[in-house]
Amino acid sequence: MTLAADLPLWAALLIAFFLLIGAGLALIGSFGLYRLRNFYDRIHAPTLGTSWGTAGIILASVIYFSVVESRLVLHQLLIGVFVTATTPVTLILLSRAALYRDRVAGNPDVPLLHPLTTPLRTSSPENNPAAAHENTDEIKE
Amino acid sequence: MNSLFPYPLLTISLLITWLMLAGFSFGQFLLGTIIAIMAARGLAALHPCDSRPRHWRLLFRLAGIVFYDIVRSNIAVAQIILHDGKKTGKSGFMTIPLELRDPMGLAILAVIITGTPGTAWVDYNSARSTLILHVFDLIDETAWVNLIKNRYEHLLREIFE
Repeated sequence: MTLAADLPLWAALLIAFFLLIGAGLALIGSFGLYRLRNFYDRIHAPTLGTSWGTAGIILASVIYFSVVESRLVLHQLLIGVFVTATTPVTLILLSRAALYRDRVAGNPDVPLLHPLTTPLRTSSPENNPAAAHENTDEIKE
Repeated sequence: MNSLFPYPLLTISLLITWLMLAGFSFGQFLLGTIIAIMAARGLAALHPCDSRPRHWRLLFRLAGIVFYDIVRSNIAVAQIILHDGKKTGKSGFMTIPLELRDPMGLAILAVIITGTPGTAWVDYNSARSTLILHVFDLIDETAWVNLIKNRYEHLLREIFE
């Protein structure tokens, strides 16, 4: 085992670069989770941590252990695979649950089950699920 | 595919995973092979959907595109959070009609959309084939429809259908 101080400069710089990117994105994601005001907006913030937040830290770890142990150490990549493959399960579960609760509560900002059959609302187009759906239909045609 | 060794690709991936975690030795190789074959047979007993990618080269191209998009949207979302974290007016829902029907293709699309910061897969209606998305930065709705339909769905349909 080599000590961290004995790392070659290029490796130290590369490790620091990826580690800072990963940790920085995870921090920004957590900050967004705290600061955003709406559940559906908040869902987006932690995905920074699960995409490049994780990837940056894993890359730094791969480089560090590969240099220190003088062989290719790749098993950390599995963490990335598992995080990427399992995040959608939790995220879709949470957002669907929120959507169904909002529909039951009659929240006008969420799209309904059958957007085409709902009467037009007088709210702004961004918040109008019926109008939004018609727009996408036009684009499709 | 035969009944004794179903899902060869899954078997090999499981074996590689096992060896990455346990370290390579002849004993681990033997144990990993047995476990991978048993797991693949277990999966075959569950009768999952039987769809396989037809074009491997396109799958790698898709992975490249997604990698680039994830880097780009990480920067975009991080900037929005840092600059106007309290502003929530720009995000919103979108409904996109999909032509992709293949379950494996839809699963990969879900991973792509969820893995990319800024877009979240909220609900998929399989009877009507419509997808409800929540987009963090909904300024240009056409651009998002374009991204999902032309950049991802088109490739996924070529790969799986």
